[in-house]
Amino acid sequence: MKSGWEMVVGLEVHTELRTATKLFCSCANEFGAAPNTHVCPVCLGLPGSLPVLNERAVEMAMSIGFALRCTIAPSTFHRKNYFYPDMPKNFQISQYDLPINSSGYLDLPDGSHVGIERAHMEEDTGKSTHLGASGRLHGAERSLVDYNRAGVPLVEIVSAPDIRSAAQARLYVAELRRVLIATGASDGRMEEGSLRVDANVSVRRPGAPFGTRCEIKNLNSLRSLQRAIDYEADRQIELIEDGGTVRQETRHWDESTGVTSTMRVKEEAEDYRYFREPDLVDLAPDAAWRDRVAAALPPMPGVRRTALLQHLVDPTDAQREAVEVVLDLDLDRYVHGAAEAGLDAATALARTANEVAGAEDGADRLSVEAFIGTLRLEASGQLSATQAKTVLADLLAEGGAPEEVVARRGFTQLASDALDGIVDEVIAANADEWSRYRDGDDKLAQFFIGQVMARTRGQANGKAVVEILRSRRG
Amino acid sequence: MSRLSRDEVAHVAHLARLRLSDEELTTFTEQLGQVLEHAADLQSLDLTGVPPTAHPFELRNVVRPDVVGESLDPAEVLDAAPDAEDGRFAVPRILGEDL
Amino acid sequence: MSAIDLAASVRRGEVTATDALATALRAIDARNDELNVFLHVDRDGAEARARAVDDAVASGRDPGPLAGVPVALKDNLCTRGVPTTASSRILEGWRPPYTATVVERLVAAGAVPVGKTNLDEFAMGSSTETSAFGPTRNPLDPERVPGGSSGGSAAAVAAGMAPLALGSDTGGSIRQPAALCGIVGVKPTYGLVSRYGLIAFASSLDQIGPFATSVADAALCLEVIAGHDPRDTTSLPEPAPALVDHLDDGVAGRRVGLVSELVEGADADVVAQVERAAAALEAAGAQVVRLSIPELRLGLSAYYLIAPAEASSNLARYDGVRYGRRVAADELGAMNEATRTLGFGDEVKRRIMLGTYALSAGYYDAYYGQALKVRTRMIEAFRRAYEQVDVLLGATAPSVAFRFGEKTANPLAMYLSDVFTIPTNLAGEAAVSVPFGTGEAGLPIGVQLLGPGRSEARLLAAARVLEVAS
Ligand SMILES: [Zn+2]
Repeated sequence: MKSGWEMVVGLEVHTELRTATKLFCSCANEFGAAPNTHVCPVCLGLPGSLPVLNERAVEMAMSIGFALRCTIAPSTFHRKNYFYPDMPKNFQISQYDLPINSSGYLDLPDGSHVGIERAHMEEDTGKSTHLGASGRLHGAERSLVDYNRAGVPLVEIVSAPDIRSAAQARLYVAELRRVLIATGASDGRMEEGSLRVDANVSVRRPGAPFGTRCEIKNLNSLRSLQRAIDYEADRQIELIEDGGTVRQETRHWDESTGVTSTMRVKEEAEDYRYFREPDLVDLAPDAAWRDRVAAALPPMPGVRRTALLQHLVDPTDAQREAVEVVLDLDLDRYVHGAAEAGLDAATALARTANEVAGAEDGADRLSVEAFIGTLRLEASGQLSATQAKTVLADLLAEGGAPEEVVARRGFTQLASDALDGIVDEVIAANADEWSRYRDGDDKLAQFFIGQVMARTRGQANGKAVVEILRSRRG
Repeated sequence: MSRLSRDEVAHVAHLARLRLSDEELTTFTEQLGQVLEHAADLQSLDLTGVPPTAHPFELRNVVRPDVVGESLDPAEVLDAAPDAEDGRFAVPRILGEDL
Repeated sequence: MSAIDLAASVRRGEVTATDALATALRAIDARNDELNVFLHVDRDGAEARARAVDDAVASGRDPGPLAGVPVALKDNLCTRGVPTTASSRILEGWRPPYTATVVERLVAAGAVPVGKTNLDEFAMGSSTETSAFGPTRNPLDPERVPGGSSGGSAAAVAAGMAPLALGSDTGGSIRQPAALCGIVGVKPTYGLVSRYGLIAFASSLDQIGPFATSVADAALCLEVIAGHDPRDTTSLPEPAPALVDHLDDGVAGRRVGLVSELVEGADADVVAQVERAAAALEAAGAQVVRLSIPELRLGLSAYYLIAPAEASSNLARYDGVRYGRRVAADELGAMNEATRTLGFGDEVKRRIMLGTYALSAGYYDAYYGQALKVRTRMIEAFRRAYEQVDVLLGATAPSVAFRFGEKTANPLAMYLSDVFTIPTNLAGEAAVSVPFGTGEAGLPIGVQLLGPGRSEARLLAAARVLEVAS
C-alpha cells in the first residue's frame, strides 16, 4: 500500500445454510447431485407455485445473528426483480429494508473490531454452465442451467466499511468462517461456493471522506481475496494519482492474471423494483423462540480463543497459531482439562496442537482423563517427552488408559541409578563438551540430553538428566 | 405528476422485456397515461402517517419443518422445456455482464 | 339438477357418476363450438374419475359430498398432465406436473373435473375478450360478453355444462361474470381457499371461489375447497367453516347497509334491483340503513396500481427458458423479449408496463406506495362500516351483460366494470353475487352482499333470502 493513502473495505459474505431442504420448498439442499434432480414447482418457479419458509433456515439465520451480536428484529421478505436465467421466477426473494439481523460486530484475533451492518436471508440462484471456447460466459455459444441450487437458503452478511487492509479483510473472513461453522449454519467451504465473498474497495487520503468504491466479485479463496483487494486499491491510487477518477462499478477478479476488470458500470445497473413478497408473511420470532435458538448455540471462537489464551503468560506467535489449530479442530477440552488439573498449559497446548490434532478422528478415542493422565506421568518424570508422545499416539489410535500403554510398551522409567551411570558414561566420553558445560555454557545441556536419549532409545526423562548434570557440575 | 412520456414507456417496456413498435408505443403511451391520470386522485390525498398494507390479514411466522419431500422427475421437468441438453435447460448465448 | 341433489342421488346409487358426466358432456358438445366455453375438455380423465366414483358407490364406500358432480375449472388452475394455459399463447401446450390444492380437494370429495374454461388472458379483463383463444359468448345472449375474467366458468354453469365451476376473483372476476350470466358467485375471504396451483395474477388479491346455480350449491362447493393448506403461507390457519348448516339462518335482526358508492353510476335497471333487494331483506326481518363509504371511490385507482405491480413481477417468469413457448433468437435477451412480445396479448402488456412503472425507481412512492396506504384506508373504512351493520349491499356490476367490442377500445372504460367489486379484494374480505331480477333485454342482474373477513356463512344466508325472494 502506497504511503499517504488508506484503503476502505467493506465485505459482503454470502453463506449457504446447512439445512436439509431449500428455503421455500422441501427439495433437498444438497451439493453435487445430478442436474435438476432437486427441483419442484416452487424452486422451478412454475406457474401457481407458492413459497413456504423453512423454519430451520430462520433458526440458522438467528444463530448467525446471535453469534455476530446483532439485533434480531421482526423482518419481511421482498422481491428483487431482474431477468436472469439462473433465477426461475426472474425475481429473487430477499430481505430488504427489514432484515432479520442488524447492527452487530465481529472481534478479530488481532484485537480489531469490524461492524456488521446486517445479516439477512435470501434464496440462492441456479447454476449455468457456459458452452463454448473458454467455458466462461464471454464467447459462449450456449448456456445450460441446473436449478438444484435455486432456492437454497443463503444468509448475506454485510460488514461496515471498517476494514483498512487486505490482510485484515482476510482475517475477517477467516474469523467469520470460523464463527459460521461454529454456529452449525455453514460448512464454510469457499471452494464449493457455499461461502462467497464480494469486496467493496475504495481509497482515500487519511481523514478524507470515503472515495468512490468498486465491488469486486469472484473471490473464491482467502488468497484471492487478499490479492484482489491489494490489486484494486493500488489500481485506484494509481488512477487518482494520474489525475483520473474512480468510476463506481462491479469488477471481476481473475485469479490467473491477478487483475480486476470491469464487469458492469453502476449507471447501467438494473432498477430492481423491490416490493413486499405478497406470498409470504411477516417474520417476527417471539422471545421464546429466540431464547431457544440462543440457548442451543455453542461458545463462539472469539470467546474460546480468549479462554485458551488465558492459560498462557505472554503467548508466543507459535502458541497463538497452536490455539487457532485447537479452535478449528474443537480440541479446547484437552488444554482446559490439563490446565485445570494444574499441569503446564504450554505443554498441554503443544501436545494438543501437534499430537492430538495430527491424528485423524483420534480425538474420538482419546478421553480428556487419559490425556491428563499421560501429561501427569510426563510432568512427574515417569515418562520422557518422547515416551509421552508415543503413549498419546497409541491412545489416539486405540483408546484406553495411559497406564495400560505404559505397561504394554515396557516404558518402565529407567531406575535413577541406571540413569546416573549412563550420564557418567556420556560425560566421560565427551570431556571437551563437559568442561565447557561446567564453565557455564548451559546450551550444552541439550547436547548431553540428546546423547543420553540416544543410548536409552528415548527412555530417559530429560528433566532428570538435567538434574544429574547439575549435581555433577556441583 | 407530469404526463407519461414515450421514453418512459419505452424504458418500462425494456425493463419488462417487451418490444414495442412505434405505433404500439404511441397507443400504449396514451392508454397508460389515461390510467395514470385516473390514479391522480390518489396523489392528491394526504396520507402521511398512514401505514401501507401489503397483506390484507396479519399472519406471522408461517413456517414449515425442514423435512425433505418429493422433488419432480427430471425427465418430466425437462420434457416441458423449450430446449434442454445433458439434463439441463438450454438457453442461447448470454450477452452483457461476464460472471 | 342441483349439485347437492345430484351428489345425493349418486351416493344413494340412483344416478351414476358416469351418466351425470354424459349429461354434462352432451351439454358441452351441444354448445361449446358456439360459446367457446371450454378450452380443453378432459374426457378421458373425467370418465376415469366418474368410474372411480361409481366403483366406490358399488363397493359401499362414500365418494364424498360432491359425488359424481361434474365441475368446470378456470384454466388458470393447474391440473397435472392436463393442458393449462391461463388463456395465453405463452403457456400454450404446457401440461403442469402438479395439481392445484382446490382441484385435489374437489376430487377427494368425489367431484369430476370435466375440463378447463376460457378466461381473460392471465385473468386480466372483465369480458373474457382478452383470451388468446377467442372470447366466450354469454349463453343467455351470444351477442354479449359473459363478463370476466372467469367468463368461461360462469358460462359453463349458466349453459348447464356443469352444475359447479371454479373461478378466481382478483377484482371481481367471479362476481361480475356471475352477475352477467345470472348465477351465484362467491369471492371468499382472502386466505380461506388455498391459492396453491392458481396461476398468479395479483397475489395479495387473488382468491378462488365457486360458481353455482344456487346459493346452497355454492356453499357446499366452498366448504369442500376451503380450509388451511400448508402449501399456501397466506392460507388462514383454521379448517373450512360450516356454511351449508347456516343457509337457512335468514336475516332477521341483521343490520344491512345499502352503500351509495356501490350503486353510484350504475344503470337505472341495476339500481332498481338493488333497491328491490333491500326491500326483500327488510321484508325478511333485516333492518336496512343507507350509508356512504367515500373511501370506496379510491378503490379503482389503487387497484390498477397494486394489481399490475404484482402482476409485472408474477409474469416475469414467462421467459421461454423452462416451460411454455419460446420464440427463438440467437441471444438470451432477444429470446426473452421475442417470446414475451409474441406470447402476451395487449392487455397483459399494458398491465405489466403499468405495474413496472408503478414500482420503478422514482415512482414507487407516488404510485405503488400511495396505493398501499389507500388500501389501509379502505380496510379501516370497511371496519367502521361493520361497526354499524352486519352486511353491506350494492350492485355487482354497473350494467347487464354488454356487447362484444363495446369496451375494448378504451381500457379505462373496461376497468370501470369492476368498480363495485374491487374494494372487497383490496380489503381481503368476502362478498357474494346473487342473481336478483332482470334488466335491459331481460338480462339478469346481480346484487352484491359484502361482509367482513370470515363472514361467508352470514353472506350466504342473506343471499339465500334474496334467492327465495327473487
Ligand atoms: Zn423445490
